[in-house]
Amino acid sequence: MPKRTDIKKILVIGSGPIIIGQAAEFDYAGTQACQALKEEGYEVILINSNPATIMTDTNMADKVYTEPITFEFVTRVIRKERPDAILPTLGGQTGLNMAMELHREGVLKGFNLLLLGTELQAIEQAEDRDAFRTLMRTLNEPVPESEIVTNMEEAKRFVEEIGYPVIVRPAYTLGGTGGGLVYNSEDLHEIVSSGLKYSPVTQCLIEKSIAGYKEIEYEVMRDAAGQKIVVCNMENVDAVGIHTGDSIVTAPCQTLTDREHQMLRRSALKIIEALEIEGGCNVQFALSPDSFEYYIIEVNPRVSRSSALASKATGYPIAKLATKIAAGYRLDELQNPITGTTVAYCEPALDYVVTKIPRWPFDKFESANRKLGTQMKATGEVMAIGRSFEESLMKGIRSLELGKPHLYNNEYMELSDEQLEMKLQKAEDERIFVIGEAFRRAWSVREVHELTKIVPFFLEKIARIVSIGEELRDYPGDAEKLLCAKELGIADETAARLWEWTELDLYHFREKEGIKPVYKMVDTCAGEYESDTPYYYSTYERENESTRTEKPSVLVLGSGPIRIGQGVEFDYATVHTVWALQEEGYEAIILNNNPETVSTDFSISDKLYFEPLTLEDVMHVIDIEQPEGVIVQFGGQTAINLAEGLQERGVNILGTTLEDMDRAENRDKFEQALQNLGIPQPLGRTAYSPEEALVIAADIGYPVLVRPSYVLGGRAMEIVEHEEELFLYMERAVKVNEKHPVLIDRYLLGKEIEVDAISDGETVFVPGIMEHIERAGVHSGDSIAVYPTQTVPEALKQKLVERTIAIGRGLQIKGLLNIQFVIHEEEVYVLEVNPRASRTVPFLSKITGVPIASVAAKIMTGRSLLNQGYDNGLLQEKKEVSVKVPVFSFAKLRRVDISLGPEMKSTGEVIGRDHSLEKALYKGLVASGMNIPKHGSVLFTIADKDKKEALALARRFHHIGYTLIATEGTASYLLQEDIPVTVVNKVAESSPNLLDIIREGQAQFVINTLTKGKLPARDGFRIRREAVENEVVCLTSIDTADALLKVLEMMTFRAEAMPQMEPSEKVSVNGGAS
Amino acid sequence: MKGYIKLENGEVFEGNLTGSNQEVYGEVVFFTGMTGYQEVMTDPSFHGQIVVFTYPLIGNYGWNETDIESATTQPAGLVISEAAGEAFHYEATQTFKEAAADAGIPVLTGVDTRALVKCIRESGDMGAVISASPEKAAFAIYEPLGEKMIIPEVSVKKPETIGDGDHHIVVIDFGYKRSMVKSLVREGCKVTVVPFDTPAADIEKLTPDGLLFSNGPGNPQQLQELLPRYRKLAQMYPTLGICMGHQVLALAFGGKTEKLRFGHRGANQPVQNTQSGKVFMTSQNHSYVVKENSLPKGELAVQYKNINDGSVEGLSHLKYDIITVQFHPEAHPGPADSREIFHQFLEYLKRKGREKTYA
Repeated sequence: MPKRTDIKKILVIGSGPIIIGQAAEFDYAGTQACQALKEEGYEVILINSNPATIMTDTNMADKVYTEPITFEFVTRVIRKERPDAILPTLGGQTGLNMAMELHREGVLKGFNLLLLGTELQAIEQAEDRDAFRTLMRTLNEPVPESEIVTNMEEAKRFVEEIGYPVIVRPAYTLGGTGGGLVYNSEDLHEIVSSGLKYSPVTQCLIEKSIAGYKEIEYEVMRDAAGQKIVVCNMENVDAVGIHTGDSIVTAPCQTLTDREHQMLRRSALKIIEALEIEGGCNVQFALSPDSFEYYIIEVNPRVSRSSALASKATGYPIAKLATKIAAGYRLDELQNPITGTTVAYCEPALDYVVTKIPRWPFDKFESANRKLGTQMKATGEVMAIGRSFEESLMKGIRSLELGKPHLYNNEYMELSDEQLEMKLQKAEDERIFVIGEAFRRAWSVREVHELTKIVPFFLEKIARIVSIGEELRDYPGDAEKLLCAKELGIADETAARLWEWTELDLYHFREKEGIKPVYKMVDTCAGEYESDTPYYYSTYERENESTRTEKPSVLVLGSGPIRIGQGVEFDYATVHTVWALQEEGYEAIILNNNPETVSTDFSISDKLYFEPLTLEDVMHVIDIEQPEGVIVQFGGQTAINLAEGLQERGVNILGTTLEDMDRAENRDKFEQALQNLGIPQPLGRTAYSPEEALVIAADIGYPVLVRPSYVLGGRAMEIVEHEEELFLYMERAVKVNEKHPVLIDRYLLGKEIEVDAISDGETVFVPGIMEHIERAGVHSGDSIAVYPTQTVPEALKQKLVERTIAIGRGLQIKGLLNIQFVIHEEEVYVLEVNPRASRTVPFLSKITGVPIASVAAKIMTGRSLLNQGYDNGLLQEKKEVSVKVPVFSFAKLRRVDISLGPEMKSTGEVIGRDHSLEKALYKGLVASGMNIPKHGSVLFTIADKDKKEALALARRFHHIGYTLIATEGTASYLLQEDIPVTVVNKVAESSPNLLDIIREGQAQFVINTLTKGKLPARDGFRIRREAVENEVVCLTSIDTADALLKVLEMMTFRAEAMPQMEPSEKVSVNGGAS
Repeated sequence: MKGYIKLENGEVFEGNLTGSNQEVYGEVVFFTGMTGYQEVMTDPSFHGQIVVFTYPLIGNYGWNETDIESATTQPAGLVISEAAGEAFHYEATQTFKEAAADAGIPVLTGVDTRALVKCIRESGDMGAVISASPEKAAFAIYEPLGEKMIIPEVSVKKPETIGDGDHHIVVIDFGYKRSMVKSLVREGCKVTVVPFDTPAADIEKLTPDGLLFSNGPGNPQQLQELLPRYRKLAQMYPTLGICMGHQVLALAFGGKTEKLRFGHRGANQPVQNTQSGKVFMTSQNHSYVVKENSLPKGELAVQYKNINDGSVEGLSHLKYDIITVQFHPEAHPGPADSREIFHQFLEYLKRKGREKTYA
């Protein structure tokens, strides 16, 4: 069965913005899908609202629509493009849900659209809990005792029957949103009620808990002819009870006998046969650790995070082949792209161990609930490959960039045994380090197993790492012991610490002793067939398989795991750099460790090293490849942080020099540089004591922006209006001393402007200037950015460009720079300069058509801007208005305050693009997940300082027919101004109070501005969290609210009575009054 | 202690020697399955071979009483990256290391097995020695497996009967795997395993409903003298040949076999049914293959093919009820996706039974 020829044009639905539970893996899957379809000669139409992805590059599809993935817009695209078929199984849950909606609403039928890949009926069967359980029963495949409930009563009744603990899983939600493990009736009430709310079909599954079982996953594929394979199986180190996205996972399974493996394999294949999957599918099992009893936990009838991991773990490109299957091919008709000599009907054999470790955002959200359960909380993950479990685990640990390269954390040394026990029992994100501490205290594997339920196989290995690490301490300078430690993946940094050496000394010692890693190839076949896949990992063994070629090469450092502040946009820049280098005739080598991304697809670069991004690991690759230079500008902070160490070891950093980067990043040097260029920045100084702070503030004048130089998560920047407030801040928020000074800057109220530019040191080209909706003080990553600017006069724009050019030249930038300006009283001040790729590079590239990353990469290899056809100045601005709207994952992160501030909190972004700002904003907000009803109620809880501004907003809401709700203080203020408002009780007052209003869905929007310190901050926090838990839009910035109103005003019409007749004596006639 | 594996082509790999310290010679082969080391170690087809496991962690789930394919440990030696010293499975009665020590075979660990495998891939299956002092290795004393008659070492000495089902199957034993017999018993058969050189008359006396020519080690051509007997038997009864059995039957009906550069040993060989076009995953363990162009016309037809290298994976006879497969439908280790083969064989038996009834 070769490819289908009855279809020509295919619509691919992407997965939209990055949120917890749906991250870069779908950029990887989607990119592969688009490429695979184009390869087959189909016309590809893509819809995806995420501007930061490779997938939405215009060369990925014949036509790319960055419209919101909503019924309204997808239908619009379908109507315009009239595709023959639609491919929904590569866009995550978003893509599937959209396909289902199109089907339900009759769009598929109406437009005669074929659905490629798995049938919708099968998808429904896998996704709908009830249908799924029925199917499992007919197949005689075991599922845990469970029942679907649609209200609290049913839930209680069922739990009485089966007893606690139970797992609650809301139907049709991502990453288990709203679900959890429940031990008592109180939790049951809370979790079931929120779960019902999150489920679009108001269904929750209550399931007998099988916590403690081994969690095993199978990645399977099937073609239309019914041929099936298992690409990979994976074993979670953490037992059932912790979401697989939050578990440490190894591939392949380590503790299963062949009989157990075959039993589960057979079951997985039976299930996909019954579902008639055409493409990829993921089956999750719970396997008893002491019998052959197993249960099916879940089936995902599409490519998923696990399939991205399985693809990288085996080298087998699941998404690409799933797409080809959807286009009609059989598995045996396709080639295995890795070997090139065997067919795709292949079950990869691994000869290494893969470990995946999640990356959580708790370094940003210290106050968040860090307990791990059935609701995923990780934003990203790292993967590491080694020839032993220990090696891959330790490489993974240091890839996390937590500053903890070993299973060791000072903090845990201080815990009492009881505390340690507790931390082992109730898993949090750092449990692996807690386990390390337990073994350091010589706890037995049995004890730790009983507390953690982690099978002894893994614990023995961890214990071994700890004991070898401890032993190493006693043998400084012992090469044999060091080799043993290196074979277990112990980092140079750790060994150096234990021996009290410098890392550099250790590196030299290893060189002298010949303790160096070799590189092995990932080839899907354990060496059985010859292949030339340029995909490598390091290990301490005998034979090196990676050989340097004659071609000059450049090493590009990736950005590691997706985390808040460092998302898929850096992967975008990395991939574009690779392409640019290849165009320039270089061999482009990537070093990265994120399994979800496009950059770690071995077919992107000339060579891929799947390795930790640490100095040690990067140097090993450099030693073997001897590249002309290393590019660090595109790998976010991760890569930048490595630059200094690399330079110290004599590595050539391409682009802007380290010294020049430092001139932008070091506060004092930066100030000096700007002064020399005659460019103003807000006055500011560093205070080392509270007294000094008061003096400085008085000197530079209030309001001031204060922030600790060393930011402890959550404790943030504040805008302080007067001395008394500053005094309070110093007492309350920071401990200021010699080591931890406080930065005090003049706060300039004004418009924040962001500029991305490309510089070769002489010429500085500005692709675009963006204006932020939110005023200075909100992190640029969390602000809505607008291109082109809407309110900046031409003269100021000119000034922005001039200053950008001056800075680019002045700091001798060779590559990219990003500048944040503030416009205050007709003057342009510089807030900060980032001498590297910024978050907005893909957004700006796409809307201006300038391949920013690529041009910059070519500069780094010696080409000038002029040579590439770019001159000084700003690119002619486009007419279309584009907005970049941040997307948050607050629903997944309990106890996190959602208010916008200087700490970035968003996990992803969407684009809205249209002819007017209002329309673009509408698209952006809708794409970000906001529901914008034309009428309804808005709840105001406004801090005193914002009341005046809020008044204008309230009036506008009133004019378009919205009902206003407020607590007494705000209400009386509005009433004074003749704005009708419904008064509601405060949080602390009796029911029904403001929280009830939110809970009952009586308000469509909540506008809540932050009160600093004075009023109980907890009230505001509770209001905001309540809004999040109940999926009510909550805006914490007046500016965002203003933007929303602009949209609403565009959508609706004012309802106003005719003016009263004017008394005749007041009537004036033109010209008659003079 | 330090130990080495030295290959016939001169390559030497260092490791740690455990289990037995005795120097052993054998044909070095590699197995790519990620599970199933215990089945491999007890599969008579590995008799006399030095097995390299490509998966680096071997022994994780220990040694149990179930996954035993024959009464003894079969390979001459094992080469492993990392062998588990402990057993992490509730079924385990011994650790892997203990089992290897009990078996008295040398286990060389800590070897860069991937480098070794690549070496075998390039030079082909060849002689090797595991030794503490490889410089003394003398390949002159090594007799290549293909030139040796080793089946008597693994075949039963006298008939054994297992099960009490309605169909009586006689297994001509070249070194059978227990799971092969178990598969038949599960399908309702009574199985009698007989020595490979049992005279035809003795087999006829057992009044079998069908014959199974089993798997086994070494070169099928070593059985040259017995081929006419096997041919006669196969023409009399519905017959299934597996692995060595498949090769022997091909030879008996006039085909030829040859040695692959390096064998198929693992759990992921894709095989296509040439009639239906359908592909399925198989478990395999063989060095020799049947040459397709050697098959005499009008007798055996190719029924299954390997889709990677096009090699013959199974035959069916045009006149007689004979099916043969190169792969292992009984699995253990590996996928049982080809269990159908047993059903097909049983269909032959049943048909035969009916013919008898109505004759």
